[in-house]
Amino acid sequence: MIRIINSYKAFGNNKVLDNVSVNFEAGKTNLVIGRSGSGKTVLLKSIVGLLELDSGEIWYDNTRFDTLDFKSRKSIRREIGMLFQGSALFDSMTVEENVMFKLDMFTNMSRGEKKKRVNYCLDRVNIIDANNLLPSELSGGMRKRVAIARAIVLYPGYLFCDEPNSGLDPETAILIDKLIKDITDEFKMTTIVNTHDMNSVMEIGEKVVYIAEGIKQWEGTNREILKSDCKSLNEFIFASELTRQLKH
Amino acid sequence: MKLLASIGRYFIFLGKSFKKPEKHRVYYRQTMKELINLGVNSIGIVIVISVFMGAAITLQTAYNTDNPIYPRYLIGLGCRDSIILEFSSTMVALILAGKVGSHIASEIGSMRITEQIDALDIMGVNTISYLILPKIVATLIFFPFLTLISITFGIFGGYLSAISTGVVSSGDFIYGLQYAFVPYNITYSLIKTVVFAFIISSVSGFQGYYVSGGSLDVGKASTRSVVYACILILLFNLVLTQLLLS
Repeated sequence: MIRIINSYKAFGNNKVLDNVSVNFEAGKTNLVIGRSGSGKTVLLKSIVGLLELDSGEIWYDNTRFDTLDFKSRKSIRREIGMLFQGSALFDSMTVEENVMFKLDMFTNMSRGEKKKRVNYCLDRVNIIDANNLLPSELSGGMRKRVAIARAIVLYPGYLFCDEPNSGLDPETAILIDKLIKDITDEFKMTTIVNTHDMNSVMEIGEKVVYIAEGIKQWEGTNREILKSDCKSLNEFIFASELTRQLKH
Repeated sequence: MKLLASIGRYFIFLGKSFKKPEKHRVYYRQTMKELINLGVNSIGIVIVISVFMGAAITLQTAYNTDNPIYPRYLIGLGCRDSIILEFSSTMVALILAGKVGSHIASEIGSMRITEQIDALDIMGVNTISYLILPKIVATLIFFPFLTLISITFGIFGGYLSAISTGVVSSGDFIYGLQYAFVPYNITYSLIKTVVFAFIISSVSGFQGYYVSGGSLDVGKASTRSVVYACILILLFNLVLTQLLLS
């Protein structure tokens, strides 16, 4: 479980997170939704330690993460897998080297063991015969899947995904969503997904947190979200003509 | 004030880049890659520039000493000392600041804006050390070889131009090359090269690492890295010359 308590973050006079407290549940796919600029990426980056909160607490199970120094954070960071919006694969490495990187860096596995693990992870995300390709030779969907393989290679306890569907067609986006959900269930991870895609919310949102202007406005499940009486959330969900028509 | 802050940040950056590597084998492999990227791939340009500069230095020396009171072997001597003392270390370093420096800054800057460095950070890798240390080590190891290659091909270029234009005979030129040779000058040149190699790799790494924004900012950082490295090379050239030759 990951707990955020009274998190506050501002850039100059611009308040980005204002007293946000959330519990992200273990073994579930937790979604953070909100408009662009609502503060969800800052929240995610603060949870993984890429940004420091001005005040508040971040807990990974029973360990308080935000007060740890770089060295002490390492043990938790090795438990973290992250899927970035642009995949963030290492350009100069092949698909296999990308996925193998964490094993090279943090384990003493033999070459054969590492290769076996890499192939398992690539198979798991349905990437076949692409071990020697460079990221520039992959499609957007393949890059996301390789990034997921890289994220899960070292048996993470926590998976973070920042806009995993951005730039993908609706069909591929649903495939990526389902893959994230399946992997979360299989590895019993605590997964947090940042998105503004309502398809993702309905497909995989076991727990949904809605943020607007840096403030947590609503939390619940994908089954409850359509019945919410939060005005700001309803404006967000039913922003398009299509969703408004479906509602009626 | 901003300049002082930048200098302080640069030294903190250097401190972090010399932290103990997480996995020696991975760093060794990275260093080998950088030796090829930054060193071996620079041999061609160093040879081409050295041959032509050596040729030009020889012709200029011949033109400026075209007087019966100057012995002709001075052309060989002038070519040798110009190349060893100044050209093969300082001029080649300025050229490498352009080639290697911009390569390092744009590579690391691109990694920054595409979140590759963030990905490494989240994994728990000391990103400054992992990205910068192999580049510093590779340039420190290989640039002295580039200097020696430059000296060899610079003198060869001078010899070719001397022979082909007939400004001096082969015998006089070779005599000049050997006349009053001071081996310490080679050491002086190599010491300067090591310092310049450190400046090029660390300054450009620093500029690339702290890029924020988009591809335009990567370009700006790349340009800044070349400009700052060139200024520091010229400054340290003066300081080292005073320290090592006075």
